[in-house]
Amino acid sequence: MAETLKALIAAGRKIGHPTAWPRAVVDAKAWAVAIDELVAGSWTMLGLWGEKNAVHLALNAAGQLGILSFDCSRGLYPSVGLHHPPAIRFERAIHDLFGLTATGLQDPRPWLDHGKWGVSRPLGTKPAAAAPEPYRFLPSEGDNLHQIPVGPVHAGIIEPGHFRFTASGEMVVRLEERLGYTHKGIEGLMAGADLERASKLAGRTSGDSTVAYQFAFARAVEVALGADVPERAKWLRALMAELERLANHFGDIGAICNDAAFALMNAHTGMLREQVLRAADTAFGHRLMRDRIVPGGLAVDLDQAGGAAIEALIGEARRRFPPLVHLYDNTASLQDRTVSTGRLSAALAAQYGAGGYVGRASGRAFDARKSLGYAPYDALKFDVPVRQEGDVDARVWIRIREVEQSLSLIEQILERLPVGAVRTELPVPSAETEGAALVEGFRGDILVWLRIGADGRVIRCHLRDPSWFQWPLLEPVIEGNIVADFPLCNKSFNCSYSGHDL
Amino acid sequence: MSVRELIDGLVHRPVTEKRPGRDDPALAELAEALNRAARKRLGRSLSIRAVDAGSCNGCELELIALNNAFYDLERFGIRFVASPRHADVLIVTGPVTKNMREALEFTYNATPDPKWVVAVGDCARDGGLFAGSYAVTGGVSDVVPVDLHVGGCPPRPIEIMAGLLALLERAQ
Ligand code: SF4
Repeated sequence: MAETLKALIAAGRKIGHPTAWPRAVVDAKAWAVAIDELVAGSWTMLGLWGEKNAVHLALNAAGQLGILSFDCSRGLYPSVGLHHPPAIRFERAIHDLFGLTATGLQDPRPWLDHGKWGVSRPLGTKPAAAAPEPYRFLPSEGDNLHQIPVGPVHAGIIEPGHFRFTASGEMVVRLEERLGYTHKGIEGLMAGADLERASKLAGRTSGDSTVAYQFAFARAVEVALGADVPERAKWLRALMAELERLANHFGDIGAICNDAAFALMNAHTGMLREQVLRAADTAFGHRLMRDRIVPGGLAVDLDQAGGAAIEALIGEARRRFPPLVHLYDNTASLQDRTVSTGRLSAALAAQYGAGGYVGRASGRAFDARKSLGYAPYDALKFDVPVRQEGDVDARVWIRIREVEQSLSLIEQILERLPVGAVRTELPVPSAETEGAALVEGFRGDILVWLRIGADGRVIRCHLRDPSWFQWPLLEPVIEGNIVADFPLCNKSFNCSYSGHDL
Repeated sequence: MSVRELIDGLVHRPVTEKRPGRDDPALAELAEALNRAARKRLGRSLSIRAVDAGSCNGCELELIALNNAFYDLERFGIRFVASPRHADVLIVTGPVTKNMREALEFTYNATPDPKWVVAVGDCARDGGLFAGSYAVTGGVSDVVPVDLHVGGCPPRPIEIMAGLLALLERAQ
C-alpha cells in the first residue's frame, strides 16, 4: 500500500524538496488509482484543498504520507467525492473558494458560500460578483414526517450552525447540517501574511485548539525551511498540547453529562478545567496558551514558578478526578442516557478517517502522536485508548482514559524537560518552499500545509480541522435516536464550527 | 441504587467541595462590587443572551467559564438565557462574519427594549485579526449599536465580569 503511493509520487512531477510529505503533480490515471485505494479502504484521506490552478489530495497509505496534486488550469478535476463520500464537502468548499469544479460531483450545492460575501470564488483566478441563490435542503417525503429547523443561533453559549431535522414523532429520520456561518476567510488572509501574522491566524482558527494549531503551523514552517528547533521547545510544546487536551476533556466530560441532565459532573469538571487554565496562565502567561508556540520555537520559557503551578495542578487532578470517574461509572440514570446512544459504526469511522475520540471510540486506533511519533512523543510512554462500542458512553470513556494518559505525559515531560534555549533563528528561504505537518489536537489530527515564498511570506496555507471528518458522521449517528438526544450526541462529538468553516 | 452505593453515600463525604475563589482577592473585590450593583440596579436579575457572530470559539470558552464555581455569575442574579426574547443584554463575540450578519440582526431585533449590547473580544471591536477579509464585516458596531466593549483575545472571565459591572453602573 505504502509502495503504491511512493510509486505514484515517483512517476509524477515532483515538487519541492523531499520531506516526510512528498508531493507530485499526477495525471488522471494516477488520480484514479488513489481514489480506488480510498474506496478500498487501504488509504485514508487526510485532506483535499484547492489553490488557483490545482487541487491537492493528502493521503495516508499505511503510514506513508504524501500529497497528490491535479493540475486544474482548465478549472476541472475528477471528483473524488463521486466515489469516496468523505470528499464531497471539501469539493463543494473548493468550488466556493476557488471556482474549481469536481467533474462528476453529485451534490454541487455551495457549502461555505452563503451568497453574502459580495464576491464569489474569492480565492480563485477569476473572482466574480456574488450570485446568491436560495439554498435547497434535501427533500424528504413520507407520511407523518415533520421538519425541525434549528439555528444558526443556538440556545446556550455555543457556535453557530444550522441543523435541519426530519422527524417522525420523536424519532429523527434524518439530520442535514448546514455550516459555514463562521467562515472568516482565514485562508484568504493567510496569503501574503508574514510568518508572525500567519501563526496568529492559525492560532485563531479554532480557539479551543489554539495550541495544536500553532504547533502544527510551526512544524509545517520548520519543515518548509529545513529548521530544527531546540529540544526544550519541542518538549514544552507537548506540555502545552497536553494541558490543552486536559482542559478540553475536563470541560467536555462535564458538558456531556450536563446534556444528560447531570449537572453535578459539570460543576466539578468545570472547576478542574478552570484550574488547568489558571496553571497555564501562571506557567505561560495566557489561559489558552495562545501565541506561545511560534515558528522557530516558543515565545516564552517555563520558569520554576510555572513548573510548580503545573505540578500542583497534576496533584490536584490526580486527587479529584478518580472520584468523578467513579461517579460517572456508578450513576445509572446517566449511563441510561449515554450507553447505546448515538452509535457510530467502525466502518464509517474508518471510511472517513475520523480522528480523535470520535474515531477511537469506534475502533479506529489512529493518533498522530503515536502513529507518526513526532517529537517528543517518540520518547514518551503513553497508550492510545480504543473502544469498539461507538456510542456516547464510549466517547466519554475515551476522554476519561486520555485524561489519565495526559496527566502521565505531563509528569514525564516535567521530569525529563531538557534545558537550554527555546527558540532558534529561522533561515531565510532562498526560493519558494513547502511544508506540512499533522498534529494531534484534543479533537483529532490537524493538518497544516503551506507554501512560503522567497520573501518569507506565506503564499498559500491550508488548515484542515479534524471536524471535517466528524461533522458528516454526526448525521448518520443521530438517525433513529430521539430528537431530545441530539444535544448529547452533538456534545459527545463536539466538532468545531470555526475550525471547519475557517 | 445498589447497596454498595447506599453505603458509599453514608460513609463517604459528598463529592461537593467548598466554593473556590475565596483566596483570590481581585475576584472577591470585583464580586462584591458586582453584587452591590446588580442588587441596586436590577433587583437581582439580568438576563444575557450570548451570540457567537463568527468567533474562533475562544471567547465562548471564557463566557462559559463565568458559570463555573470560581466565578459563578448566577450568584449575582446574572444568567445566560436561551432566547433573545428573555434577554436584557446581548453579548456578541466574533468579527461578525457576513454569513452571520443577518442572524445577529434578527437576534437583536428579537430582544425587547431596553437592551444593551456588549461586544466581547478584540475581533468584536473591529474585526481584529480578520479585518479586511472578504468574509467579515467591520465588527459588531457595524451591524448593531454597541454599549460596551471588552477587549482581549479572549478576555479573561474576570475582565468580562468587570465589563458587566461597568455596564450596570452606567445603565443607571
Ligand atoms: S477575540 Fe480572539 S478569542 Fe475572541 S473570538 Fe476573536 S480571535 Fe477568538
